[in-house]
Amino acid sequence: MTINILYFASLRERIGRGSDTLELPKSLKINQVWLQATGQESFPDDVLIALNQEYTDANAIVNDGDEVAFFPPVTGG
Amino acid sequence: MMGTPRKIGIFESIFDPWKLQQEYQLSSMQGKTDYGATASFIGTMRDFNEGDDVTSMTLEHYPKMTEKQLNEIIDVAANKWSLLNILVIHRVGKILPAEPIVLVAVWSSHRVDAFEACRFIMEDLKHKAPFWKQESLKDGSYRWVEENTAGY
Repeated sequence: MTINILYFASLRERIGRGSDTLELPKSLKINQVWLQATGQESFPDDVLIALNQEYTDANAIVNDGDEVAFFPPVTGG
Repeated sequence: MMGTPRKIGIFESIFDPWKLQQEYQLSSMQGKTDYGATASFIGTMRDFNEGDDVTSMTLEHYPKMTEKQLNEIIDVAANKWSLLNILVIHRVGKILPAEPIVLVAVWSSHRVDAFEACRFIMEDLKHKAPFWKQESLKDGSYRWVEENTAGY
C-alpha cells in the first residue's frame, strides 16, 4: 500500500523536505509512519497530525491511499 | 447548520476587505430583509511582534485542509448561533505591514449571534485552520511564529 506524507512550515524546514511517499506492507499507526518516514525516534509532543485533512492523534491507523500531514501549531489569522 | 450560506476565499494577493464584504452582501443577500446585525473582524499585518520590527511576513497553508477546516468551524458556529450568512477570507503568500490578512463577517437577525459567532470563528480559525506565519525582521533574518496566543 502507498501513503502520502506532507510536512509544513518549520517542520518542513527541520526535516528538509515537504513530502514523502511511503510503500508499506500493511496498515500502520501514525506514530509508526512518522518513525519510518523521518527515522526520528519518538513522536514529538508539539507536532499536530491530520489524516486525510482532518485532525487526529498518533494512534490513528493509516490505510492505503491515505494522506498524512505533520505540522507545528497553526499561526494564521 | 451545514447548509448555512457561506463563502470562503483564500487570496494570494492583496484584497480589500470592505469591498469584498459589500460585494458579498449585495450578491448573496439581494432582496433579503431579515438580517438586523452584521459583525465583522479584519486582521491586518502590524510591523512589530515580540519586541522586534517586522518588515514582511509569508503565510503558508495546507490548501486541501484549509477550506475543509474553515467549513467545519463555520458549521459549529452555525449550530451554536442563529446565522444567515458567513464570509471568511484569508491571505497567503508575502504580506506587507498594513495589508489585511483575514476577514470574518457574519450576518444574523440579532447582534448577540453576529458578535459571538464572529468572535468564535476568528478564534477557532487562529487555533485550527492550517496556516503558518514566517516573519522577516529588519536585520534580514526570519523566524516562524511559534504559536497563536489564547484569545479568550
